[in-house]
Parts: sequence; C-alpha cells; structure tokens
Amino acid sequence: MRCEPASKRWMEKSALISLDMDAAAKEAEEANVDLPLGGVPVAIKDIINVMGQPCTCGSKILHGYRATYDATVIRKLRAAGAIPFGKTNLDEFAMGSSTENSAMKLTRNPWDLTRVPGGSSGGSAAAVAADAAFGALGSDTGGSIRQPAALSGVVGFKPTYGRVSRFGLVAFASSLDQIGPLTKTVRDSALIMNAIAGHDPQDSTSLNEPVPDYAAKLGNDLRGVTVGLAEGIHDRRDRPAGESRD
Amino acid sequence: MEYVARLARINLTEEEANAFQKQLDDVLKYVEKLRQADVSRVEAAAHALPIFNVFREDAASEWFTAEQALSNAPRKANDLFIVPKVVE
Repeated sequence: MRCEPASKRWMEKSALISLDMDAAAKEAEEANVDLPLGGVPVAIKDIINVMGQPCTCGSKILHGYRATYDATVIRKLRAAGAIPFGKTNLDEFAMGSSTENSAMKLTRNPWDLTRVPGGSSGGSAAAVAADAAFGALGSDTGGSIRQPAALSGVVGFKPTYGRVSRFGLVAFASSLDQIGPLTKTVRDSALIMNAIAGHDPQDSTSLNEPVPDYAAKLGNDLRGVTVGLAEGIHDRRDRPAGESRD
Repeated sequence: MEYVARLARINLTEEEANAFQKQLDDVLKYVEKLRQADVSRVEAAAHALPIFNVFREDAASEWFTAEQALSNAPRKANDLFIVPKVVE
C-alpha cells in the first residue's frame, strides 16, 4: 500500500517537544557545507542534553530545566556540521514503547494518525517519517530505537554497547542504554554513525576501538555473510506474545 | 508496606497500601521464578565488554563554572545548592 505521511508542519507540533529555530537559523547561516553533515538539521530525543535547550525526558519533573552542557553525541554532531534544532517526544524517561506515556504530548504515527509511532523514541521516528528532520537521535535500552523505527517506516540502528558515548544521555539502564540514529535510509544512518561513534573518556564503558567508516562499507554484496543469533535469547521466539507475563 | 512507604516518604491510604502490597507480592513471586532457571553451565556475564577499572589522571581541568552548575538550582546561596532537610 502506498500512502503519504501527515504534513511536516503538523508533525513538527506532534513529534517535537521544543524547537530552537533562532539558534538553528544562525547555525545554518554559518554552516560549513563541506563537512559530512554540514548544515543538516537533526532532531534529538528529549533525553539527550543539548546546551541551553530544555531536556524534559517527557516528564513534568524536569519542567524549567535547561541543559548546561552538550552531550558528547551533540558535540560530535556539531563538529560534523549538523544542527540539533529541536527535541523530540518520548515515553517518560524512555520507559514505554508507544510514546503514549509522555507527560508532554501525544505523538501520532504520521502514516496513520489513529496509531502510535512506537516508542520510546517515537517522536524521533515520527519526525523523520514526516520529513520534519533529515535524521534524529534516539536511545535504545530494550528496543526503543528499533521498534519505533519499524512502526514508523524508517531506519533505526542500535549500535553495539560501548560504541557511542552515553555522556549526556539521561540514564534508564546504564549497562544497556545506547544512543543511535533514526533516518530515512541506511546510508543516512551510516553518516550519523560516522559522526557520533567513538571512544569518549567521559563514559567509562565507552569502547576504545577504532571506528570503521560505516558509509564506506555500504553497497557490498551480502552473499556469504553469516548472521548470528544468540540462542539463549531467540530459541523461544515462537512463544505467543504475552505468555511470559501470565 | 508501611515501612517502604515511610522510607519513600509517601502517604498511602489503607486501600492503596493493600493494592500495592499485592503488587509487591506479585513482583517478588515473579523474581522468585528466576531461581528455577538452570544456570549451572552458564558463564557469569558482569558486562558485555572487557573493560575494567577506568581511571583518569587526578588533575584539575576546565569544567563547569559554579554559575553554570547552579543555573538550574531552585534555591542557592554562596555558590551552593540549598536543599530541604532529609535526615531525621
């Protein structure tokens, strides 16, 4: 079935909690378009600190708070030329899978406004699906990038734990949280990964290994590639949903 | 339940206390289920990555100014946060 997502302007209101267009316009004027993400607008899940912008985590508890520093991923996005122009809706403190558990607003699925966009990075997924942002950052503890990406028809990528610094991300479960991109295409996710991946002394669980050029690795023949499944996790995949909860 | 509520400094009605008591029992029973899993042949995994004892040099560096650190404080004085008394 072919369909068109809801209008960009409508989704801006629905998917974003706050916008800093004045700062974004100023940054855009001065943007160096020779950089890998020069002048590219990226929306940020409202659980990642962007200096001077609110960081509500979808909760009333943080009403009035303004971040006093940039998360490492924001510093790296800026260094690659990107413009973090606004903060996207989420389930409160990322605890949810539909973005219905936000104290701020309800975000709809841009492809069908009677449905949820998934969560907890639902605002990021919806903003990208509706073209309100080139790409977005989300965070994933137990599916919070991958699931809303699937429900909203965009690409979502949870990097291997340790690959992307968690410094400046409000923690949900520190030994599982990772920040990752939500974009229209795999190539766009690779470009954002090129910008945000890498070791960071500010995150003691950050992996000190060389970062590959993700974009350069695209387009290869996938024949002969082996996909691994951890049996302990996947050997009961046929169990009906909900059974484990009695 | 009363003790937990007192520690969390929340007032519960008798009705709420009964409801939460049951929920707490359910959670504890559910956690008890974990004991049934046979993990005798599973290697303990404390962390996904082999990273141990990350230290930095004990040296002063540029970081927040007191003004920045206190910019969100509801109450402050003499470059310090003022918070409600919580110890009894």
